[in-house]
Amino acid sequence: MNRYPLWKYVILVIAFLIGALYSLPNLFGEAPAVQVSSSKVTIKIDEALVARVNTALADAKIQADFVQLEGGSIKARFADTDVQIKAKDAISAALNKDPADPTYIVALNLLSRSPHWLASIHAFPMYLGLDLRGGVHFLMQVDMKAALTKKAEALTGDVRSMLRDKNVRHAGISREGNTVRIAFREDETRKAAEVVLNAQLPEVTWTEVAEGENLALVGNLKPQAQKAVQDAALKQNITTLHNRVNELGTSEPVIQQQGADRIVVELPGVQDTARAKDIIGRTATLEMRMVDDSAEAQAAITGAGPVPFGDERYIDRQFGPIIVKRAVILTGDNLNDAQPGFDENHQPSVNLTVDAKGARIMKEVSRENIGKRMAILLFEKGKGEVVTAPRINSELGGNFRISGAMGTQEAADTALLLRAGSLAAPMEIIEERTIGPSLGAENIAKGIHSVIGGFVAVAAFMCLYYMMFGFVSALALGFNLLLVVAVLSMLQATLSLPGMAAIALVLGMAIDANVLINERIREELRGGAAPQVAINLGYERAFATILDSNVTTLIAGLSLLAFGSGPVKGFAVVHCLGILTSMFSSVVFSRALVNLWYGRQKKLKSLSIGQVWKPAPDSPEQPAPSAEKA
Amino acid sequence: MELFRIKRDLPFMKHALILNAISFITFAAAVFFLTTRGLHFSIEFTGGTEVEVQYSQAADVEKTRGVLTQMGFKEVQVQNFGSSRDVLIRLPITAGIKQTELADQVFGGLCKAENGQVRQHDSVSDKGEAISKKVCATATAEPVSLTRSGTVGPAVGQELAWDAAKALICVVIGIVIYLAIRFEWKFGVAGIIANLHDVVIILGFFAFFQWEFSLTVLAAVLAVLGYSVNESVVIFDRVREAFRKYRKLNTHEVIDHAITSTISRTIITHGCTQLVVLSMLLFGGPTLHYFALALTIGICFGIYSSVFVAAAIAMWLGVKREDLVKVPLSKDDPNDPNAGAVV
Repeated sequence: MNRYPLWKYVILVIAFLIGALYSLPNLFGEAPAVQVSSSKVTIKIDEALVARVNTALADAKIQADFVQLEGGSIKARFADTDVQIKAKDAISAALNKDPADPTYIVALNLLSRSPHWLASIHAFPMYLGLDLRGGVHFLMQVDMKAALTKKAEALTGDVRSMLRDKNVRHAGISREGNTVRIAFREDETRKAAEVVLNAQLPEVTWTEVAEGENLALVGNLKPQAQKAVQDAALKQNITTLHNRVNELGTSEPVIQQQGADRIVVELPGVQDTARAKDIIGRTATLEMRMVDDSAEAQAAITGAGPVPFGDERYIDRQFGPIIVKRAVILTGDNLNDAQPGFDENHQPSVNLTVDAKGARIMKEVSRENIGKRMAILLFEKGKGEVVTAPRINSELGGNFRISGAMGTQEAADTALLLRAGSLAAPMEIIEERTIGPSLGAENIAKGIHSVIGGFVAVAAFMCLYYMMFGFVSALALGFNLLLVVAVLSMLQATLSLPGMAAIALVLGMAIDANVLINERIREELRGGAAPQVAINLGYERAFATILDSNVTTLIAGLSLLAFGSGPVKGFAVVHCLGILTSMFSSVVFSRALVNLWYGRQKKLKSLSIGQVWKPAPDSPEQPAPSAEKA
Repeated sequence: MELFRIKRDLPFMKHALILNAISFITFAAAVFFLTTRGLHFSIEFTGGTEVEVQYSQAADVEKTRGVLTQMGFKEVQVQNFGSSRDVLIRLPITAGIKQTELADQVFGGLCKAENGQVRQHDSVSDKGEAISKKVCATATAEPVSLTRSGTVGPAVGQELAWDAAKALICVVIGIVIYLAIRFEWKFGVAGIIANLHDVVIILGFFAFFQWEFSLTVLAAVLAVLGYSVNESVVIFDRVREAFRKYRKLNTHEVIDHAITSTISRTIITHGCTQLVVLSMLLFGGPTLHYFALALTIGICFGIYSSVFVAAAIAMWLGVKREDLVKVPLSKDDPNDPNAGAVV
């Protein structure tokens, strides 16, 4: 009865192998590396750059373990820190022509030392939280009201132009808070306006209001539309943050949404909060100006003459130098949105939306300058660059587009660039944490010592108290530890110090199942059952209890997971995972070992489960059956 | 080795009144300290700024406090943290001061007091990671360094407290429902009362000693709640089994039997968990200290409450054989001690 079919053993062996394989990367530690990322949103990291990095390294006769493109940056790993620093200098010299204004950020970093084949099966070391590796943590609150106000502002402009197009006469349009209010003199025009607006602005609900003689329509964004605006704002802020954080050259920055209106920024390895805050808080600005195409300007481009008075010389991303007028037509503040799309000829285009004020200016300027070019400039760190300089073909309004001579990808990039400069809604830091790198290393050591200390103590006790069965329980506990580490590595869940405490705690709690089983087996033996029967009954009867106790623990773990944040969440993830794996290891795995050891012995006389003491049969009211020789 | 050699069922329930009185008194004391002293919440809950610095020599806490008071910070808390060189400084939220700049100000002030100057220092760790940070340097040495800092805004703290309350409510409801389905509502109620009383006692300890109540402590408290409820589950399970097996015993004796037959397992498992927690207390350092303390108290009182309190409450709520054993009893069983008392 205590035999497992072969397939169960096969499953266990596979589980063990997978567990071992995915836990393996954690043992290798970290190796010095160099990371190359772009310092400007206008420059992209691609395979061509990987080739350049490779040549730079080859020229300097530096051997890298590997050079690869990962996410938005190139990472190269080296054998030791001396090589790493040499490599950094070589790459930096090759890529950045002007050291004062670097195009690429070349930073020293750490990468896992685990071999490449492990990474190719997606076996990575556990992702360590900031309290274990040091770094800064920011929690930013996005001002969603501002995003909605901005949207209402844009709507006001839209409504004005729509009503003008349809010749509906109103008595004034204004924004009040997050609503748009249109005043009317008579009811018929209001009805007419409502028809027009309902057809063209499906995301707004219009309600009729009357205060004495004054008739009005009040427009509110529908809840779904509000949510869409907020989601878009959050997404754009995250994108913008990503672009800015790149500059810090951190290996694995975390920029995540938390809740409906918050963003978490975690920068491992960064210690300098002031600089981090400066970079996060920096705004790139966008400006639209007219291009000077006069003869003097042409001369200035080639260098034959001076830049004309009132003009400035900039570099176009694609076409080189360009002379632009100093006068600013519009700034990024007026730009509400920029999206890639298609024009009427199905050519890729970038569709721009400006607010009401922007639309008015744009209309005026474009009417007077048809046929001339307008440049869109992006200023970062005080330096400007021309993103694009399209020709104005007709009079423009609040919505217009740039099209022609670009691919879909290029349109998407340009749209991103135009949006990248601005935050969709202002943000404020509401939580900030710095952890020094030495503290992180200390915390890792503390966590590991706690886990090992606990494991050894429990294993020693089990072996002493339950002998062979205790040894099996200790092995099962070790298997559980392996599985927890493997699953955490697979999920790439963030491991923090509370998470490590949870690993230790899980070991202490998981042993409960084995204690239950062993006590039951002893009890069955005490009750006179034959050893083989006792094993079988012990495992069978203990299972219901094990299930119960794990369910209650899991209820607590899941509520922590649902409502917790930060350290509590890290604790809860490990806690829940540990409970689940412990069910498998302490019941199935330990049974397999016991079966392997005892299952084949047909004439089993005794079990090595420690002393089984039997009460003398002197108590008649004792419900337990009187003792017999087992 | 066998630790528990129990000849006959121990008459726990005979002393139920005394045992419950003891737990009631501890509970009342805990509530008393909670109301009079209150919990010493960490900045995660209250909001505020925390700066941990390390001096190159043993720190003079009084001097540090003096420096900060001179800088105009009122209500500043300064204490040693972990070792004699580490100092933890806590500043409450003050209107008019920009929270996120406080940590830098404090560090700057402390550095100046040591005749140092804060400057940007870029270095590469021995592993090869670039580290750029503010250091405090004199001509020869680095008298004080910033280990850790944290700032939490007031809104975040309130939310956390509310989330914690929600998590607690969720655990309580979940466990009551589970026990009610698995056993019977009386057990559910008994189990949760017994274990909530543990939670209150843990909190009472934290209030009495004014230990810092942080998010990790909260996690420990909730984990202990789930953990010690399963102790009650094991006993209830045995109660049901005994009700089925031994018709002659009355409720009182059945509970005694259930507790006696599980006591060795209870003490061994809790002992094992405590071994691990002890290892955390020894090796875990100051960050895990209160976490491990909360677990220790939780485990000790968990044994007590699930063994003595939960079963006793279930008894007083009037748990009967019929509540658990769904097989209809033959009405004229002469051996049934409950015969005649059954409706």
